[in-house]
Amino acid sequence: MLMFTFRRFLQLIPVFFGATLLVYFLVFATPGDPIAALSGGKPMAPAVEAALRAQYNLDQPFWVQYGLYLKNLVTLNLGQTFSGQDVSAVIARAYPVTARLAIMALTFEAVFGILFGVIAGLRKGKFFDSTVLVASLVVIAVPTFVLGFVLQLVVGVKLGWARPTVSGSAPWNELILPALVLGLVSLAYVIRLTRTSVGENMNADYVRTATAKGLSRRRVVVVHILRNSLIPVVTFLGADLGSLMGGAIVTEGIFNVPGIGNLLYKAIQKGESATVVAVVGILVIVFVVANLVVDLLYAWLDPRIRYV
Amino acid sequence: MRFSRTSKALGVAAVVAMALTACGGDTGNGGGSSAAGDTSKVITANSTEPQNGLLPANTNEVGGGRVMDLIFSGLVSYDAKGAIQNELAESIDTKDSQNYTIKIKSGETFSDGSAITAKNFVDAWNFGAAAKNTQLNSYFFESIKGYDKVSAEGSTEDKMEGLKVVDDNTFTVELAQPESDFPLRLGYTAFYPLPESAYTDVKAFGEAPVGNGPYKLVEGGWKHDVSVSLVPNEKYNGPRKAKNGGVTFTLYSSPDAAYTDVQSDNLDVLDQVPPSSLQNFTTDFEGRFVNQPYAGNATMTIPSYLPEFQGEEGQLRRAAISMAIDRQQIIDKIFYGNKKPAVDFTSPVIDGYDANLPGSEVLKFDAAKAKADWEAANKINPWPADKVFTITSNIDGAGNKEYITAMANQIATNLGIKAELNPIATFKQSRDLINSKKLTGASRAGWQADYPSLYNFLGPLYGTGAGSNDGDYSNPAFDAKLKEGLAATSVEEGNKLFNQAQEILLKDLPVVPLWYQAVQGVWSNNVSGVQFGWNGVPLYYEITAK
Repeated sequence: MLMFTFRRFLQLIPVFFGATLLVYFLVFATPGDPIAALSGGKPMAPAVEAALRAQYNLDQPFWVQYGLYLKNLVTLNLGQTFSGQDVSAVIARAYPVTARLAIMALTFEAVFGILFGVIAGLRKGKFFDSTVLVASLVVIAVPTFVLGFVLQLVVGVKLGWARPTVSGSAPWNELILPALVLGLVSLAYVIRLTRTSVGENMNADYVRTATAKGLSRRRVVVVHILRNSLIPVVTFLGADLGSLMGGAIVTEGIFNVPGIGNLLYKAIQKGESATVVAVVGILVIVFVVANLVVDLLYAWLDPRIRYV
Repeated sequence: MRFSRTSKALGVAAVVAMALTACGGDTGNGGGSSAAGDTSKVITANSTEPQNGLLPANTNEVGGGRVMDLIFSGLVSYDAKGAIQNELAESIDTKDSQNYTIKIKSGETFSDGSAITAKNFVDAWNFGAAAKNTQLNSYFFESIKGYDKVSAEGSTEDKMEGLKVVDDNTFTVELAQPESDFPLRLGYTAFYPLPESAYTDVKAFGEAPVGNGPYKLVEGGWKHDVSVSLVPNEKYNGPRKAKNGGVTFTLYSSPDAAYTDVQSDNLDVLDQVPPSSLQNFTTDFEGRFVNQPYAGNATMTIPSYLPEFQGEEGQLRRAAISMAIDRQQIIDKIFYGNKKPAVDFTSPVIDGYDANLPGSEVLKFDAAKAKADWEAANKINPWPADKVFTITSNIDGAGNKEYITAMANQIATNLGIKAELNPIATFKQSRDLINSKKLTGASRAGWQADYPSLYNFLGPLYGTGAGSNDGDYSNPAFDAKLKEGLAATSVEEGNKLFNQAQEILLKDLPVVPLWYQAVQGVWSNNVSGVQFGWNGVPLYYEITAK
């Protein structure tokens, strides 16, 4: 298993370089001159313009720019934003907020998703099952920004139960509403996945055996059915964690959360390659690690799966 | 300063031409009604992350500008109407509009206690102008004699010969040519003084500036992407004395989020109602809103390098297009009446504005006359049957796409030609296209004044070779009138000449003026005394908590 983990980390290297190169190129190829945008369409003294261009290596051809970026990266220098701040500092500010939001959303969708999914799966065709199915269908069908704006207006403005936006330090309690919005769609998927999976496993041979052995209903459900049903759910949650950590541009925008999604959006608008590449690089690592954890969890959930 | 709707919303670069902001002149009569309030409470307001370190000559967008204008004060400042009032200046004297003697008040200090002297101004201006310091606003000093030397590429010089310190409270400014509106500019951000301590570590200073304005930055008060906190500066003695216990700017990435915060009283003042709420903000905030013009306009540039739009033929075609646009209809249908049709090239809030310039009827809707002019132009040189009149615009700013499509339809219907929007995805990209001077049709444009002066709406935009002259317009008669206006010995005299210059523009129509911009602002139940200034920015220091 150590070998397996090690190999997976080795895979990280080509993935990381491939992704950063690609993203760097995409930002480079985006039409529009970032320095012209910086001046806001106003005249800029030619000397100032040239100096700024040189400062961000924008006067160099693509390969030189990317090479210089990699050179800095080796020394853990992520470069600077157009406003002269260190990209590492900017990310360090935004990341904890996004991580907090992602963990809350993930906890919410995992706990309630699995709970509702199991109940619905065990009582297939009954009232609870049908209600959950319809509700989850509605949630999946409605775009996140609609959910976001509606909840913000109703809970935040009309009822006044929560602040409609998140204040600067983004404390846990203010993140509840955005986390709900963020987790709601995935919640619906988790419910459906769990429900189907539980439903299938209920008729499996080992479940019949376990029941025949005289095990309690509770033990059959929790140990035999649930554990085996979790594999697809965990796969989904792992991938979801990756995308949640990537910052939810829409949700963070609606609730003014100073997270990584907002940061990325602004950086793309400005054509600030240093920031975009750094954020995407981190996201790549998060994705790979999350998937690795998921793979390792398989072995724990299903003893038949082993990694050598 | 120019800016696009998106960039303002996103805190990105300052940029061209507002997409959606409007006009109307009616107000929610909330401003300044209740007198005494709680002057110790901190008020909150919306803003965006300042794009650069907080240095006078490097702040060229609204996010940084709002903060700079509160923590610094220059020689003069602008009141709500845009009239200049002395801040640090005791007197600004000139006989020839070229040589100025500036006396500053004695005994004034920065918030750290160091005295403000003439040297603080001269050094700060030299710093801002010098190429080696790469300050975005450096071109603001271009009128000062010696600017060409310090701003040359690779120049290591950092002293303009036009600036001389006479004594602690006096300095002289020599301009390269007479410019009567120079004193009007001195309230702009670029002209603020800097304390001696600024130059030891400019970057660190930009993060935690020491200023001389009605407010000062709280220690560590600039929390990036989150907020900027200011408290009153007790050392300030000027006309903008703070009437509250401080201002905290909450930095938003979208005006929609800010709007819901004001609705729920989590934010006190919002100076930008999002497009999605333009239809209902007057009912959402009954008695707590303002809708007034500010110093900005929207136009459509028809470049001079287009062959069909030159000479007499060009004048006829330009007039025809202008008269084919029913401005009021677009304003009513697309902007919910929140703008006013333009009748000149400037803005009604600027001193010297004249709503009845001779020749301004060319900006009024007249389908029959438009058609006649277009036909007359076709007699000189026929318009190719399949040629499409395109209007290039970025469509990332809200409302651009809608109004330009409507405008194109009006032009098409009234002139019997093909006309359409040429959509460009981002502002950045459209700027590239416009700067390359390779457009094959018109483009969307607009201007927001940096300082309240007619000249600021004319010189930088239509002067031969001027920095923002997107359409490459050039008319010696116009240039001469501008020069004459600048050489005038009084602002009034200058304004008269600038308006005569506008009459030339009304014939040539280098751009087609569309409408004047207006600011829509709202405020919470917790504050009173909210007024908006000539530039659409609230007078934060006048606001008190209830």
